[in-house]
Amino acid sequence: MAKTPKIIIVGGGLAGLSAAIKVAEAGGKVELFSLVPVKRSHSVCAQGGINSAKNLKGEGDSPWLHFDDTVYGGDFLANQPAVKQMCEMGPGIIDLLDRMGVPFNRTPEGVLDFRRFGGTLFNRTAFAGATTGQQLLYALDEQVRRYESEGKVKKYEYWEFLSAVLDGKSVCRGICAMDLRSMEVQTFAGDAVIMATGGIGAIFGKSTNSVVCTGSAQGSLYLQGAAYGNGEMIQVHPTCIPGEDKLRLMSESARGEGGRVWVPKTPGDKRTGKQIPENERYYFLEERYPKYGNLVPRDIATRAIHKIVYDQGMGVEGQPMVYLDLSHIDRATLDRKLGGILDIYEKFVGDDPHEVPMKIFPGMHYTMGGLWVDINQQTNIPGLYATGECDYSIHGANRLGANSLLSCIYAGFIAGPHAIKYSEGSDAAGADVEAALAAEKKRQLAKNDALVNNQGDENPFQLWRELGDTMSKNVTVTRYNDRMKETDAKLVELQERYKKVNLSDKSMWSNQSFLFARQMENMLQLARVVTQGAILRDESRGSHYKPDFPERDDERFLKTTKAFYDPANNAPRFEWEEVDISLIKPRPRRYDSK
Amino acid sequence: MANKTVLYKIKRQANPTSEPFWEEFEIPYRPGLNVISLFMEVALKPVTRDGKATTPVNYDSNCLEEVCGSCAMLINGRARMACSALVDNLEQPITIEPFSKFPVVRDLQVDRSVLFENLKAVKAWVPIDGTYALGDGPRQLPQVQEQAYQLSQCMSCCCCMESCPQFNEGTGFVGAATIAQARLFNMHPTGKVLKEERLAALMGDGGIQECGYAQNCVEACPKEIPLTKSISDVGGDVMKKAVLDFFRL
Repeated sequence: MAKTPKIIIVGGGLAGLSAAIKVAEAGGKVELFSLVPVKRSHSVCAQGGINSAKNLKGEGDSPWLHFDDTVYGGDFLANQPAVKQMCEMGPGIIDLLDRMGVPFNRTPEGVLDFRRFGGTLFNRTAFAGATTGQQLLYALDEQVRRYESEGKVKKYEYWEFLSAVLDGKSVCRGICAMDLRSMEVQTFAGDAVIMATGGIGAIFGKSTNSVVCTGSAQGSLYLQGAAYGNGEMIQVHPTCIPGEDKLRLMSESARGEGGRVWVPKTPGDKRTGKQIPENERYYFLEERYPKYGNLVPRDIATRAIHKIVYDQGMGVEGQPMVYLDLSHIDRATLDRKLGGILDIYEKFVGDDPHEVPMKIFPGMHYTMGGLWVDINQQTNIPGLYATGECDYSIHGANRLGANSLLSCIYAGFIAGPHAIKYSEGSDAAGADVEAALAAEKKRQLAKNDALVNNQGDENPFQLWRELGDTMSKNVTVTRYNDRMKETDAKLVELQERYKKVNLSDKSMWSNQSFLFARQMENMLQLARVVTQGAILRDESRGSHYKPDFPERDDERFLKTTKAFYDPANNAPRFEWEEVDISLIKPRPRRYDSK
Repeated sequence: MANKTVLYKIKRQANPTSEPFWEEFEIPYRPGLNVISLFMEVALKPVTRDGKATTPVNYDSNCLEEVCGSCAMLINGRARMACSALVDNLEQPITIEPFSKFPVVRDLQVDRSVLFENLKAVKAWVPIDGTYALGDGPRQLPQVQEQAYQLSQCMSCCCCMESCPQFNEGTGFVGAATIAQARLFNMHPTGKVLKEERLAALMGDGGIQECGYAQNCVEACPKEIPLTKSISDVGGDVMKKAVLDFFRL
C-alpha cells in the first residue's frame, strides 16, 4: 500500500480550506497553519458575492462569456487556459457550496438568486446577503472541522510561516514556522506545501485588507527563489470608507443593486447630499459610461473618481470624497440584499445609508500579482504550490468584482489534488531532508536572535507608517516613473533603517511587535518588487496607469512580469514571459461605448 | 476646552500565570478614533500617561470590520468588539480589559478555543457525501434562507458567553453561540440528518438545561442573532427527545 501523502497548507482562508478539503477527501493528511483561527481569515471580508455562469435568469449567460469578461476585464494579462478552466468549474463550485449549506439568497421559487457586478452585463453573482465571503468561509471551515474531528486535518492556529525548507536541489520539503504564543521555532516536513496566504495590503499601510495580510510569506519565498508575477498589478477599490485604523470596503454590490455615484454639480456645495436636488447632481459614471454605468470595472471607476476629485476639484465638500447613493431604494430591499454592509457604514460612520448618500473614496484592495504558478498552481519551486490571492494567475491587470472568491476556491481545488499527485511521484530518497530541516531552523533562529538583540532607535511601526504613505501615494492609482524611483530609494532607506530596529518588547511570549518587525523585512523586499515592476512597465493596462504612457502596448508589454530575488544586489531581477492568449485574441478594452 | 485628549486604561498581563496590572494612556483627540486605533497609538509611541516606557499592547484583531470575531474584549465593562467601539461614543477614561471568563494569553488576548471544540461536539456542519458533482443543492424558500442567514452570521466572538451568568466553570455551560449553531444545522434540509446527535450533545450537565434565561446573550451579540429564540427552540427539541428516549428504554 502506498504511503499517505502529507500536505502542508499555509493559510486558512477560502483557498487554503478548499485545498484542505480536497486533500483530506483524497485520503491525504493535512497540516494546516494559520496566523489566526481559520474562521477569522480575511476571506470573511468579501461582501458582494461569487461569480459563476449558472444562467438562472434566462439571459443566455455561459462559462465562455464569463471567461471572456474576465480576460477582457483583466486587460488580457492573464494566461487564458487557467481562466477558462475556472469559469467552467464555476457552476459546479456554486452547487457544492449550496449543498454545504451556504445561505445564498433565493428567488421566490427557491432557486439561487443572482445579481450584477462590475465589468459584465449579466446577472452572474450569487450572494448571501452582503457577507458572502464570511458565509463561504464558514461553510468550508465547517467541512474542515468535520475532517479535523475525524483526524484527517491537524490545525496549527496562531502559527507564523517563516520560510520553506528547500533541499540541496531547491525542492520544497516542508516549512519552518513559529508558534505565536511560545515563540518556538519548528520545522515540519511535508510531501508538498500549498501557500494560501492572501494579499499584501499592509505594504500600502491602510487598505481594505485584514491585519494579517502583510505579504510576509510571499516575500520570504521570493527571497528563497520563488518567482513573483505581475507584482505591479494592485487593485484600488473605488468605494471605501476611510478610517483611522483601516479603509473599510463598501461593496460593489451596492452599485449592483442600483447604487449611484455622484458629486454636486457645484464644486464645494455646502448643502448635505440629501438637500441637493436631482438636477444638481452629476452622475459622472453614468454619463461617461452609458452602457455599464456605475458598474464599470474597478480600475475605470477609481480613475474616474480620482479625476473628478483631483483634476476637476469636484469632491464632496471640497474633500477627497464622492457620494455613493442608495437612498432612492426601498428599505426592505436594501436590508434583504445589502444589510451587512449598510450596518458597517452606519456603525463606523454614524450615518444611515438608507436615508443619506454615503461618502466614499478609493482605497487599496486587492493584489492581482503574486507568486508565479503554472496551470497546476505549482510555483517554480518543485513541491511548492500557491493558491488564491497570493498567486498571480487569474486576474491579469485588473480583477472583476466577485471573481476573487471563485478564484480562491478554484485554486484550492486544483492545487490540492495536484499536490497529492506530485507527492505520490516524488522521491525524497537521496535528498537529505533532515539536514535541510535542521539548517533552515538554524537560519530562522539566528534571525530571531538578531532581531531581539538589535541595537538602535527605530520603531518598526514608524517604519511601517512611512512605507504605507509612500506606497499609497506613488504606487497606486496614477503612476509616474520619477516618483516611483524616489519611492524605490525611500524603500532602500527604510531597509537601512530597519537594521536599527530596536524593539521595546523583547519578551519571548506572544510578542506581537516582534512578529510584526519580522514581517517588515519581507514586506520591504516585496514593496521593491511592486515598485520596480511598475517602473519598468511603460504602458497603461488595467489597474496600472501611467499618464506618460496612456495606451496599452501589446507589442512590448503583453507579457507577465516575473521578479526573482538577486542576492548579489539585494534587489529584484526581472524577466518577462509571453502571455498565453491562445483562446481569445486581445482587443482594445473600452467600456465607454454605447 | 483646549487640547482635547483621550484618556484610557488598559489591563495588562505578561503571560497566563503572571499578575495583571493597569496602565493609563493619554493621546490627543482626533475625530474617527476607535479602540483599535488607541492600541496603534501605543505601538507607535509606547509610553504611559506618566511618562514610563512600556511595550505595545497585545490583542487579537484581524478584519477590523466586525465580521471576523477576533477583537472581542471588555470595554467600559461591556463585552464587545474593539473595532466598532468608537471613542466618540465612549465615556472616559475608557477602561479596556480582557474577557474575564476565558484564560488570558497576554494582555487582551484570551483563549477562546472552547467554542470551536463545542462546535465539533454538536457537529456544526452539513454532512455532504463529497465534493464531487452531485447537482444542485436543495431548494429553499427565501423566508427559510433569511432565517438561516441570521444564525449563520455568528462570528464566534464569544461576547454571548462572556456576558452569560451561567457560563462558568461550575456549570460547564456550552453557551448560546453553540446552541444557535445547532439550531442552524438542524434547520438545514440535509444538515438535519444529524439532528438527534446534536440534541444528544446538548443534553445533561453543561447542556442547554444550564441556561438561566438571563437574556444577556441576546443583548451582547454584536450581530443581533436571535439567541434566546434559538435556545428556546432547541430546548423544546431536547425536551421532546428526552421524553421519547425515556419511553424507548
